[in-house]
Amino acid sequence: MRLLSIELYKIWHNRTSRILILSYFLLIFSIAILSTINVEIGPIKFNLAEQGIFNFPYIWHFNTFMIALLKIFFAVIIVAMIGNEYSYKTLKQNLIDGLSKEEFLKSKLYAILAFVFISTLLVFIISLILGGIYSDYNEFQIIFSDLEYLLAYTVKLFGFFTFCLFLSILIKRSAFALGFLALWQVFEGIAYGLMRWKLSDIIPELSAEQVIVFFPLNAMGNLIKEPFSRLSAIQNIADQIGEGFTKDYEISAFNLMIVLIWSALFIWASYGLLKRRDL
Amino acid sequence: MEQTLLQLDQLSKNYGSLKAVDQLSITLKKGNIYGLLGPNGSGKSTTLGMVLNVINPSKGSFQWYGGKLSTHQALKKIGAIIERPNFYPYMTALQNLKLICKIKQCKTEKIQDKLELVGLWDRRNSKFRTYSLGMKQRLAIAAALVNDPELLILDEPTNGLDPEGIHQIRKLIVKIAEKGTTILLASHLLDEVEKVCNHVIVLKNGVKFYEGPVDQISQSFGYFQLRAKDPQKLKSVLEKIPQIQSIKEEKGDLIGYLNADMEAEELSQKLAAAKIFVTHMAKKKPSLEDQFLSLTQS
Repeated sequence: MRLLSIELYKIWHNRTSRILILSYFLLIFSIAILSTINVEIGPIKFNLAEQGIFNFPYIWHFNTFMIALLKIFFAVIIVAMIGNEYSYKTLKQNLIDGLSKEEFLKSKLYAILAFVFISTLLVFIISLILGGIYSDYNEFQIIFSDLEYLLAYTVKLFGFFTFCLFLSILIKRSAFALGFLALWQVFEGIAYGLMRWKLSDIIPELSAEQVIVFFPLNAMGNLIKEPFSRLSAIQNIADQIGEGFTKDYEISAFNLMIVLIWSALFIWASYGLLKRRDL
Repeated sequence: MEQTLLQLDQLSKNYGSLKAVDQLSITLKKGNIYGLLGPNGSGKSTTLGMVLNVINPSKGSFQWYGGKLSTHQALKKIGAIIERPNFYPYMTALQNLKLICKIKQCKTEKIQDKLELVGLWDRRNSKFRTYSLGMKQRLAIAAALVNDPELLILDEPTNGLDPEGIHQIRKLIVKIAEKGTTILLASHLLDEVEKVCNHVIVLKNGVKFYEGPVDQISQSFGYFQLRAKDPQKLKSVLEKIPQIQSIKEEKGDLIGYLNADMEAEELSQKLAAAKIFVTHMAKKKPSLEDQFLSLTQS
């Protein structure tokens, strides 16, 4: 708790990160605005809320997917906080004041965990409320089915933030760390393209799809698959044009494992970097 | 029985082939005021960095409190300032000090005391980034004192300050020293060290050159500064006195260096016996600066 309070103290007294965090939590609530989207073009009436996006248990899938997109807000805070510790040389000062390198990393991790926990809790609450208002099904068992999306949400955020933690400790400059994160996303894309193109020639038993799931950002993305094609409206259209498809939207324990292993690697590597480097 | 605060054993740090600190062994005991001397790049800051947990030693080891406490536990009981003051620029002085208290797990009651000591209490609610360099340096001292440290480590505390700031910091150090706090003062400014320290450790190229009381830094017996109406005659008489090792002329004065102890009275008698009456005579000890230069340049 002492370590967590140290880290929160640092974050809270920085105006920029305070604003970012508050706006993040406000934005989570903004998903409710989606329910008010009402399009009327002549005879066509379209109300998003009535398309079933807030039906239980689909809402767990939809909300966790949409709100996870906001994670970049907190990623900026993590990267900036660690970048600052290096550029203000306060990491050095913290160590001299008697914080060990392990405690330093732990304080960052605890802050991430606290944030992930609060974020998950908010998603849970807001989904319950929205679902309570708009859902067509209100049986207890339906409401509380598919809760594994919340677990996936937690793991997804934690994985992403530990990746950011590692990058910012590795690179030490917040802007470059964020740039590298974007670059990494591009790299995974290129790697996937290259593997689709060449991999089966080299190793016939392997397909690009089998390999790409092990890449960190791809693994995090795979945790919660896009929910849109699961909407009945879109399914109907697909059926009508004869392109009916089935897709597996389940949370797979395998994907969870991959992301958790990456997280562990990132934390371990961050600690190794901190320990080895002179300041 | 003096308590050992810090013990360095064959501590070394290499940067590639450069030996920044080479097999340094030092023991710091409670109650002393140590000066760590050396020209720029002699390994002072590297040595301090290693015992302060920010630089990994290449070889050797160090122990705080005889190994009874781990390094980071021990650091909570000491205070240290390294080269530049490092604080969170977006926090006020008060917020910064409170954070340090959280890290050091000490009470926040002393904050007002220490800020008043360094004259920053009135500016406690200004953000750190609005401070001048002198104020930042003084805040660093307040931060280092906030836990009433058993050892205060100061690395070049007056670097980059104007004469006014230097004077303020020096007065502070003397004030702190008078309260009985053990101090390790690293500096290349010798008069600074000479004024407050009772022990000196001299480093050169990462090697320990000298360790001991300030006044025994070299085997010098001091020198006489003499003036007479007839310098030539004075010189020829001085040359016959066995205790005078060498004679040098400086701005019309004669400087006679001693190779054995000799009181001014004795020399005066000898000169009088040779019918020489001096217009000026003074016995002087070489300054720490002279001794330091003769030590590190040899």
